[in-house]
Amino acid sequence: MDLDPRYRFENYIVGSANRLAVSAAKAVAQSPGTAYNPLFIYSSSGLGKTHLMIAVGHLAIQLQPALRVLYLTLDEFVEELTAAVSAGTIEKYKQRFQDVDLMLLDDVQFLAGRRETQSEMLRLFNALQRAGKQIILTSDRPPNEISDLDERLITRFSGGLVVDVGLPDYETRVAILRSKCEERGAAFETGVLDEVARMNYSNVRELQGALNRLIACQTLGEAEVTVRNVRELLGEKADTTAVAVPARGQEFATFLSDLSDVVAQHIDTWRVRVVEAMTYWHQLGFGTTLLERTLEQTDEPDVDALLQQYEAAIARLRVLQQEAARFDPTLAESDIFRDPERVGEAELLIARQLGGAEPPPQPDPAYSRAAFEVGPSNQLAVHAVDTVVLEPGRKYNPLFLYGAKGVGVTHLVHALANEMIRVGDGAKTIACVNAQQFIDELIAALQEGTIERWRARYRLVDALLIDDVHLCAGTERTQEELFHVFNSLYSAGKQVVLAADRAPKQIERLEERLRTRFEGGLVVEIQPPDHALREKIYARFLAEMGQHADRALVDFLSARAVANVPEIAATVDRLVKAAGVVGVPLNAAFARKELEGGGFAPVPSRAIDGRDADAFFLDEEKVVWDWPDVAGRAIEDLR
Amino acid sequence: MTGIPCLTLAPERRVSLVNYATREITCKIVYYGPGRSGKTTNLHYIYEQVPRDRKGKMVSLATQTDRTLFFDFLPLDLGMISGFTTRFQLYTVPGQVYYHTTRKLVLQGADGVVFVADSQGRQVAENVESMQDLHANLAEHGIDARTMPLVIQYNKQDLPAEMILGVPALEDALNFRGVPSFAADALHGAGVFETLRGISELVLRRLSATASVGSR
Repeated sequence: MDLDPRYRFENYIVGSANRLAVSAAKAVAQSPGTAYNPLFIYSSSGLGKTHLMIAVGHLAIQLQPALRVLYLTLDEFVEELTAAVSAGTIEKYKQRFQDVDLMLLDDVQFLAGRRETQSEMLRLFNALQRAGKQIILTSDRPPNEISDLDERLITRFSGGLVVDVGLPDYETRVAILRSKCEERGAAFETGVLDEVARMNYSNVRELQGALNRLIACQTLGEAEVTVRNVRELLGEKADTTAVAVPARGQEFATFLSDLSDVVAQHIDTWRVRVVEAMTYWHQLGFGTTLLERTLEQTDEPDVDALLQQYEAAIARLRVLQQEAARFDPTLAESDIFRDPERVGEAELLIARQLGGAEPPPQPDPAYSRAAFEVGPSNQLAVHAVDTVVLEPGRKYNPLFLYGAKGVGVTHLVHALANEMIRVGDGAKTIACVNAQQFIDELIAALQEGTIERWRARYRLVDALLIDDVHLCAGTERTQEELFHVFNSLYSAGKQVVLAADRAPKQIERLEERLRTRFEGGLVVEIQPPDHALREKIYARFLAEMGQHADRALVDFLSARAVANVPEIAATVDRLVKAAGVVGVPLNAAFARKELEGGGFAPVPSRAIDGRDADAFFLDEEKVVWDWPDVAGRAIEDLR
Repeated sequence: MTGIPCLTLAPERRVSLVNYATREITCKIVYYGPGRSGKTTNLHYIYEQVPRDRKGKMVSLATQTDRTLFFDFLPLDLGMISGFTTRFQLYTVPGQVYYHTTRKLVLQGADGVVFVADSQGRQVAENVESMQDLHANLAEHGIDARTMPLVIQYNKQDLPAEMILGVPALEDALNFRGVPSFAADALHGAGVFETLRGISELVLRRLSATASVGSR
């Protein structure tokens, strides 16, 4: 739309009520896009905001003739938008605005309640601002008082400079009247314009109207305009009747405008916010009774907190729904996941699905990683375990540990599970189960018809560790279920650890699909304790039994090959007790004699303390308490 | 009888004034007063001022002599106000004494009442009688007249001064509660919108008290 050539800074009278607005407008005209962007001018009707805005356009073009300036009223903006939408030329429409350097938009208060236009305006606004283009807006009220205006638009409108143009003071009114008279080439006797300026006109437009009437009276020669009759000529006469006949035509519009103010004053903005939230969430299929109830109360609640609480409940429901979908897609469709008031029920439902109060089997806390001694025979396995603790599900998945009975496979598996729980701060669900228990539970679940619950129990864990997995060999249903549990966890990036007494390929009657999966990560063997490991274990066990770990003793003991750790434990136990019974300190010599023959004779004493002696020695039938004396033994030998 | 609003709505089915859920404001205003005081004239004037695109159908059941037989109904679609679709329903009651039942029915569910008084000196008694009738009817609906938004319009103030009472005298006779009052000349429109604005303001002031979420 062309700029009205009448509206220029030259004929805009500056007074105290508009000085700030004029200064800002000039600054914008001189350097569009840099000074105040956007410039938001507001005032009551007829106080010159449109004049000021268009004056910016003229001055800007005068300073930079290549500048592309566009002036539109909001109605025109809406009309063009509607036309573009119906003609399918919306892109062209957008492009048109984006080519503009200085956008002048009049009467933006009419954005109130126009959702679609507001969205389009927001997009346009963002595009123009990003491109550094200047925007000037006018309205009859400040941005935050435009009812039903998107918060984002309020922020953007207020983001530059918001200035108001007030009612001109008496002097400014006189100056305006004189200026208009000069424009029109009219002249009145002294005091007439001052009298008009004193009259109760609420805006400049009315003031101009009054002047026009006086000019008409004078030009048509109807009456001489004097200070005495000016008020009468302008219709300001003493009230002779109680009522004045209204000016027709504008009444309904004025009524609407007044009503709008009243409604805006009395509508509870908090209710509007709650209802907006209700509409939004209702469209997404969520129950809104929680919010609806708030509307029934008379006092304003803390809407921010309310909405935050409501949205948190929805977020939780979404998480629960996802969990539900993981083990039963039909369950996830339950209405329970659409009602923020039923979060508790949803939690319960999931908990039940997860196995209720029964958490998956936990590792034995007695097996700690710290108590697991490392030597060349198991260091690879230990390294793998330590890596899994740090990066579960990423590096070695699955991890298959195997080794003969007693080499520490079970210890390591439980230690790994305990470490994962510790590192995860208890937040991770770790299942550590012996294959036999796994099979027994499955059979029980089949019997009780709780197979879904059983599955959920394992499928929802963060890590699954199965010891003695070779026991699954030959089972049908267990292997089938294990296959699915394995796939479910593996695809979700969850760690799986399997342990057996032999390598996967040596497990007979293990289904090929499982074998190949078990071998897909890292398969590592724990061998019988080597010399170095034996040294550590002997030293530890002796220390644990309260024995001084004599170097020679440890060297002697660890030089002897063993098949497994319990063997070491048994040896230590035997030696400690034997030494205790004999009443001598445990040393290499005693150990050698005890273990390699020529052992010490036990002290013949009935006063053996049961706490120190092996049960064997407490069995009176098996113990020779009264040995023959030397003479007796000599006779025996001679025979 | 198509198009004529139902008058037998049970009170509990009355739609709330402000419905935040559907974003609607629906407001029923009843013009009350003695016969020939100018209630229908008020509605006609308002109807004439409404832009064509917003004009609903004014339903007027009048006798051959243009007296309101039953009631007038003027639906006003005021469009979006503060984001709310706003509709006003203006009713008049038949002023003649013998239409007591109709008046009572029309009054049912009203959000506000405009009492249109005839300013003529000889009509004072009718005005007072009608005001008493209004209070009696409200009481029969179980409404405390003090809680019902009410404005008084002193109509026909354009008549020669010797025929009418001045506003102060009318105030003395009718406005014992001190409700907002407006001098008017409904025939020419003076005071008509001021009155409507006055009652609207009173009614809307009660917004939060009657707000609803729309469960009916």
